[in-house]
Amino acid sequence: MSKPEAQVVVKNVWFAYDKKPVLKDINLIVQAGDFLALLGPNGAGKTTLLKIMLGLLRPTAGEVFLFGTEIHAFKKWELIGYVPQTATHFDPLFPATVWEVVAMALLAKKKPWARFKEGKKEGVLAALRVVGMEERKHEPISRLSSGQQQRVFIARALVNQPRILFLDEPTTGIDAETHEQFYNLLHYLNLEKKITIILVTHDIGIVNRHVNKVACLQENLIYHGTHDEFCRSQVFKDLVSQGNHVISHQH
Amino acid sequence: MNQLTLLWTYGYGQRALLAGVAIAICSALLGLFLLLRREAMVGHGLGHVIFGALALAFFLRLSPLPVAIGTAVLASGAMLRLKTRAGLHGDTAIAIFSSVGMAAGVLLVTLVNRFGVDLLSYLFGDILAVDRGETILSILLSLTVIFFIGYFYHQLVFFTFSPETAKASGLKTEKLEAGLTLLTAITIVLGMKIVGLLLMTSLLVIPAAASLQTSRSFLAACLLAPGIAILSVIIGLSLAFAADLPAGATIVLCSFGFFMVSFLRRRRRLF
Repeated sequence: MSKPEAQVVVKNVWFAYDKKPVLKDINLIVQAGDFLALLGPNGAGKTTLLKIMLGLLRPTAGEVFLFGTEIHAFKKWELIGYVPQTATHFDPLFPATVWEVVAMALLAKKKPWARFKEGKKEGVLAALRVVGMEERKHEPISRLSSGQQQRVFIARALVNQPRILFLDEPTTGIDAETHEQFYNLLHYLNLEKKITIILVTHDIGIVNRHVNKVACLQENLIYHGTHDEFCRSQVFKDLVSQGNHVISHQH
Repeated sequence: MNQLTLLWTYGYGQRALLAGVAIAICSALLGLFLLLRREAMVGHGLGHVIFGALALAFFLRLSPLPVAIGTAVLASGAMLRLKTRAGLHGDTAIAIFSSVGMAAGVLLVTLVNRFGVDLLSYLFGDILAVDRGETILSILLSLTVIFFIGYFYHQLVFFTFSPETAKASGLKTEKLEAGLTLLTAITIVLGMKIVGLLLMTSLLVIPAAASLQTSRSFLAACLLAPGIAILSVIIGLSLAFAADLPAGATIVLCSFGFFMVSFLRRRRRLF
């Protein structure tokens, strides 16, 4: 069996805010099909690492490769889907429907004089169908609940048919029931749609139920490996002993 | 009625109308993006910096318009740089520039020991004194703004709604932001003759805010905001001429009237 493609490679990455080190010598490889949880306490550098992987922050030292290309030369951004932590922080007066929000990601790549093709319109509906929001397509985005808005933002991230989905604390402000539905959706995207998922979270419970790889950060990368090994590791025991919530393995 | 339309028969009235409508279009369109990006006070900040530049121009006996345009362009670039490089929030960068600009202006005005009629006309506006060159510049600016927003429409909408996601999808968001800020700076300079530096923020903010109360799509807001701004200029100018009122203030109060109508309409829809 051939080795899965290395879609994201982080090589000797260092990062500091005002000379205060946040990430130290991080090396990480994310392979096709991974559902990776980036775990760690608040301030451990999870979001910073995610933003470095997306080219939103420039590392102090080190390199990042996306699909084998150095990030500053990378052009195929349609392969990447991203839902930031602040996705739901838009102005509530922004006049946009659910359909328009999802279509933004496609329309922004269109030449001004080019027509928005029928196939692309169908792509918007297909993305909304995947997240179960097709029926609400004509509703203003501001009228939806946080959980529904998060689904719409995932649809927007999916509309270009990406191969990797980056999610930063996507369930912040969402109730427990919606949490479960949301992670089931991610699980489906990973298993059925073969989308690699990189998820920043501090909820260790999610690890046991859905992900297959774990990377644990605390300035350094203190753990990177499979879910099963992680559950037997000292890092896991330490996290549990610190009072992190864990639910038994179900898949 | 004759008194209301008499103004349009004079050359200066026609120039005021053309320049006013052109600046109304620019400020309403740019204001939409400023408002939704929560940077409504950019106009206010740049206005204060331009006040400093005007004081400098009068102090050095230079032509005020080129000095004001040059300063506004430099200040908008520096504001962006301070925001992105120094990690300051948008409103912090605006507040710093705003107060430094005003302080420099006050200092220069005190040094020169006169607060002439010319400087006052820029502070409070003098739309009927708009000359042919300023009218042409205003029309050219409005065409540039319409072209910029039309050409980059979808990118600007994505960038305004989700700046981080837009950047992560490969859009050159720094260039879009620089374009918006630069055009806003020039609009403020050319608009200072219409409503005055002190009231320029209202022309950027109020028509855009009014359109956002009732528009169901961004495109509708892009049509409604300039519509409200144009009507405010026409009605405000007519009333000011007929009743001998200050034109800038009357235009602003007209646009506020439109805002209240939209606001009450939205409230009635919600409750």
